Amino acid sequence: MLKAQGYVGSPQNRVDGRAKVTGEARYAAEFDAPDLAYGIVISSAIAKGRIASIDISSALAIPGVVQVFTHENRSGTAWLDRNYRDETAPPGSPFRPLYDDQVVYSGQPIALVVADEYEIAAHAASLVRIAYETDTHMTDLDIKRSEAYVPPKKRSGVKAPPSPRGDAEEAFTQAPVKVHAEYRIAIEHHNPMETHASTVIYEQDGTLTIHEKTQGPQNSQSYVSSVFGLSSDQVRVVSPFIGGAFGSGLRPQYQLFLAVMAALELKRSVRVVLTRDQMFTFGYRPQAIQTVSLGANPDGMLQSIMHDAIQTTSTFEDYQEVVVNWSNLLYHCDNVKLTYRLAQVDTATPIDMRAPGAATGVTAIETAMDELAYATGIDPVELRLRNYAEVDEANKRDFSSKELRACYQLGAERFGWAQRNPEPRSMRDGRELVGWGMATGVWEAIMQKTAARAVLSADGHLEVSCATADIGTGTYTILTQIAADIMGLPMERVTTRIGDSSLPKSPVEGGSWTAASAGTAVQIACQTVRESLFKYAREMDASPLANASLEHVSFADGRIVLTNDPETGVSFTDIMRARGVDKVEAEEKASPGMMTSMRYSGYSHSAVFAEVKVDEELGIIRVTRIVSAVAAGTILNPKTARSQIIGGIVFGIGMALEEESMLDHNLGRFMNHNLAEYHVPVNADIHDIDVIFVSEHDDKLNPMGIKGLGEIGIVGTAAAIGNAIFHATGKRIRDYPITIDKLLG
Amino acid sequence: MSASQNYSSPALEKIPITLIVNGETRTIEVLPWTVLLDLLRDHLHLTGTKKGCDHGQCGACTVIADGKRINSCMALAVMKDGASITTIEGIASDGALHPLQQAFIDHDAFQCGYCTPGQICSGVTLIQEGRARTRDEIREWMSGNICRCGAYTNIVDAIEQVLGSNQEAGR
Amino acid sequence: MNRFSYMRAGSIEEAVKAASADSSARFIAGGTNLVDLMKYNVERPTRLIDITRLPLNTIEDTKSGELRLGAMTTNDEVAHDPRVQSRYPLLASAILAGASPQLRNAATTGGNLLQRTRCYYFYDTGTPCNKREPGTGCPATFGRNRIHAILGTSEHCIATHPSDMCVALAALEAIIHIAGPDGERAIPMSEFHRLPGDRPEIDTTLRPGEIITAVELPPEDFVEHHTYLKLRDRLSYAFALVSVAAALRMDAGTIVEARIALGGVAHKPWRDPAAEAMLRGHPASTERFAAVADHILRDAKGFQDNAFKIDLARRGIVRALSQAAAGTPQSQTDKRIR
Ligand SMILES: Cc1cc2nc3c(=O)[nH]c(=O)nc-3n(C[C@H](O)[C@H](O)[C@H](O)COP(=O)(O)OP(=O)(O)OC[C@H]3O[C@@H](n4cnc5c(N)ncnc54)[C@H](O)[C@@H]3O)c2cc1C
Ligand code: SF4
Ligand code: FES
Ligand code: FES
Repeated sequence: MLKAQGYVGSPQNRVDGRAKVTGEARYAAEFDAPDLAYGIVISSAIAKGRIASIDISSALAIPGVVQVFTHENRSGTAWLDRNYRDETAPPGSPFRPLYDDQVVYSGQPIALVVADEYEIAAHAASLVRIAYETDTHMTDLDIKRSEAYVPPKKRSGVKAPPSPRGDAEEAFTQAPVKVHAEYRIAIEHHNPMETHASTVIYEQDGTLTIHEKTQGPQNSQSYVSSVFGLSSDQVRVVSPFIGGAFGSGLRPQYQLFLAVMAALELKRSVRVVLTRDQMFTFGYRPQAIQTVSLGANPDGMLQSIMHDAIQTTSTFEDYQEVVVNWSNLLYHCDNVKLTYRLAQVDTATPIDMRAPGAATGVTAIETAMDELAYATGIDPVELRLRNYAEVDEANKRDFSSKELRACYQLGAERFGWAQRNPEPRSMRDGRELVGWGMATGVWEAIMQKTAARAVLSADGHLEVSCATADIGTGTYTILTQIAADIMGLPMERVTTRIGDSSLPKSPVEGGSWTAASAGTAVQIACQTVRESLFKYAREMDASPLANASLEHVSFADGRIVLTNDPETGVSFTDIMRARGVDKVEAEEKASPGMMTSMRYSGYSHSAVFAEVKVDEELGIIRVTRIVSAVAAGTILNPKTARSQIIGGIVFGIGMALEEESMLDHNLGRFMNHNLAEYHVPVNADIHDIDVIFVSEHDDKLNPMGIKGLGEIGIVGTAAAIGNAIFHATGKRIRDYPITIDKLLG
Repeated sequence: MSASQNYSSPALEKIPITLIVNGETRTIEVLPWTVLLDLLRDHLHLTGTKKGCDHGQCGACTVIADGKRINSCMALAVMKDGASITTIEGIASDGALHPLQQAFIDHDAFQCGYCTPGQICSGVTLIQEGRARTRDEIREWMSGNICRCGAYTNIVDAIEQVLGSNQEAGR
Repeated sequence: MNRFSYMRAGSIEEAVKAASADSSARFIAGGTNLVDLMKYNVERPTRLIDITRLPLNTIEDTKSGELRLGAMTTNDEVAHDPRVQSRYPLLASAILAGASPQLRNAATTGGNLLQRTRCYYFYDTGTPCNKREPGTGCPATFGRNRIHAILGTSEHCIATHPSDMCVALAALEAIIHIAGPDGERAIPMSEFHRLPGDRPEIDTTLRPGEIITAVELPPEDFVEHHTYLKLRDRLSYAFALVSVAAALRMDAGTIVEARIALGGVAHKPWRDPAAEAMLRGHPASTERFAAVADHILRDAKGFQDNAFKIDLARRGIVRALSQAAAGTPQSQTDKRIR
């Protein structure tokens, strides 16, 4: 397909598609090195206490075993815990692997067995004998909630709840219609299909090239430099492909530390790959207990919103996310009280998981709004429209754009919402009760300071680069589209390089900010190249463009031509030859302050409609249809964008019905730590999913009006399904996931 | 079958086996506990086959053994002596993508791509099995391949398209 | 995985001899359970005896009308065999309700019978477990037991047998054929698996050194009135919370013969002859089915997480019997439950 203009906004196949369908795409554990050693991590069996003894002799006796690293013999690394802090770390003391004999959570890494071959390491690991002295642990939020506290130190980038407005308690007491309930969300683990892995290549000169599963190559690079006291040019982190992450790759995980430690100590390349079970031994979506109180007039107008959340965190870091703020962001109300607290349990620190905070908080508020719809007898969509927030009430800013009304309308139309009989248990299909439910989704449109480089070569090939990542989000493809459009090149002549710490500076890939941030940086860098090239063109001897201005020319098919006379122009190659240069390049930065964005509140929105069919006697639930209408600014590539939303919805279906990491509180251990017993949706669980992109023009946030799509798909989905289940069965389950036992119980 | 072969201790003795991997006959020495998946990835450097769980719970390691899709993480290499194994690297022929590979690209049937080789090996075999007709059947018989990115509807679209064009071609 | 020696058995005798000679040797067939457990260090055999090349991979009719499934036939082969499909659709359906297409291509008839429990603690060597290490205790009883048994439990173990295939075999009253150091013998399905009692480490009545050679399906096939209903946490690729194999023979609206077997509720596929007898001679009716369900579950006992299974099993039994009586067996691809 040779198309010089208009890639942005059109459905394009992924540029990395071929690599992915042929098996050529290589992930962190798939890079080889001469004399590569394999490391296997041993995890703690107890939740709290100390390692009394650790006997590595039988393991070391196995031929091919190189070393067994423990807290007793590991080499000196940084002492200060601030050296372990990464870009996204919450306040507190980061976990330091093999630091001392203390065990602070079940599954914590306590040794690394390194051997010449994977099989040898695995065998030797089973021979290491560990004796523990146990301490009493506590992993039960229901007990710890009484000690919940407001985090004293805020996590950077996470907005604290706004101060109360009006008198929410009093307004609630006075309100004629009240909804007051507790909502629970279970702990979930990200479980990307690729487990966390690091291949540390020990180069001849002692520098490290690290193939690492991360959402931020530079975040991992600076972590390694700071922990091991290396300069940044001694460490390069390369992550061209990441087998999913959903947040688990935002922080450097312990396999990186262990692999680097071993490589430096052994002066040898080392690979450490976590097992699937070990994917349950670091961050997770925290368990949440939320209380929502809504007071309203009989016409549905909200008089009071109170939303309190308590979430688990570890004993050593105050992980925080935005859980309660969404309630007032979505709905107008004069009396608002939003509170957020933490309770410490003896587990690893939670870590952002797809739409952190919003997936949790919006589930509660949107379930409560459905309850209010029933309490007032008002249609759920209508109720939301009546309480529609026209401005961001927390700071009285205008929204940069907000097409949520259109989402409700178009989503409802596509779904056929008008046919809904609101009466619970009123719709059937044979033995199945049919339920239709809806909910709103919202996510912040964030932009982060990001740099990008564009290099146009004399042969007319363009390379754009940035140290961001593509975790399946389609970053490669959209950056290629943007660059190709600006330079007037076919996409085939543009190469995008990302996932490498040596590239221009980028934050971690997360929070749905990559398209806006890296996209804008690439746009500006390409524009600069474009301007230079045009300048050179004008300055050519006898240039046909000598008198043209940038507004009157087009870049198409590797040429600059007069827009109204496309026959007149020069090719990029000729321009560069005339100039005597073999490339034209530019590196530029995009930052949030560049536009008016600081003066506006930027959010993406969605309206999610769900149909469930529930076997009346058996309680088996099938989600037969989802319509999600999304307003997220400019959609760069409807094809990959749709996939992102579908993926978010599938995550939401998991959250609604299946996902729960089950703690055994006696042992302080997650027990269903595998994919057979931690259920994520399989193909048979997923039926029709219909995604509508509502057109939304945003000229405030960034030049292209991009908002990002990684999170919005999940937000609201669980609530829509829960609400549909209520409509089908008349049973309100406020405890997610909604499993068969809860429905029958 | 052939007479018994008794490989007793010392267990570290490697056992020669023959595998036809993507059409190429290879004689390889393996230890008894070498798993087919690790043999492919670590020893033969065919890293297209993925490890998602190592316990038969996800399907990322799906390869085609003597025409059947199996989880290569659950198979001891030594037991596959004589088998013909097709991995994702052997699905395209002479650089030309298999129709299902192309359909995966066209339908955007993946995101991170990590489950994709397993999905494709599974899908290619599902098509060969010739049993699946409806979307329900495709869904059920593709349920041994988990996609955490959630590309399921697109995966079903891709398979349905290839099934459809095969049926047309068969008419 | 631990170190072991490997041998490829050339004959049944040789396999039996090798197994009898070494109590920590194991047969290996599809490997989908044994390799799984070895990777978790739950099983640590010193020797593996590969039995996949033994001539036990055929499906044959016997002279007396049984269908004989060689122990090495795969779950996929059995489920799609035309004779099984036409004569024992209940078995085909149960097999297709289990695992995944990939696993069914590897899993064998013999291996499926001997697969071990999916109890979380059994699988996790970081925790105690009486089945894995006798005498260490049973944390499941006071811990997470959503997937555990409600019938036939003991204070020592509350694990379930996770197979789907075996539930159908129990309903069909299959016979397990065995070769061992003392020659051949046959065990009826109902006596093959055992309850945990005070020896939860022992799953079956198979003796050391014995190998399963075949499973024989009696002529009574229940083609007209059967179903396999599997209730689980997601719609595919998940073990049963509760499953029900129901098989009826009916004559002019009256139930003449009835079999009900439950999966996911006990240490073995659960049969209750007295409950089945309650159906014989009666017409199909929801009330009677409910009474039968209550009878089967009269001694059911739930724990912290799994008490719901009692109610779920009751509902499942009633529905499965209705499906069987109506001649509308559960589809394993269309997930709507009829
Ligand atoms: C993720 C996952 C999901 C699954 N889901 C289901 C499900 O939903 N329903 C279900 O029913 N099953 C399920 N299974 C289990 C699967 O069906 C069994 O693993 C399989 O049937 C075991 O057969 P195999 O041939 O692979 O046995 P192997 O692993 O080879 O052997 C299992 C045991 O049987 C012994 N053995 C094997 N053959 C013989 C013989 N002929 N004589 C004596 N001993 C023998 C072995 O020594 C070993 O102890 C699942 C498995 C996995 C991994
Ligand atoms: S239920 Fe049985 S298998 Fe599970 S922990 Fe208890 S003893 Fe072990
Ligand atoms: S890696 Fe084999 S099934 Fe997951
Ligand atoms: S594409 Fe990422 S897991 Fe399927």
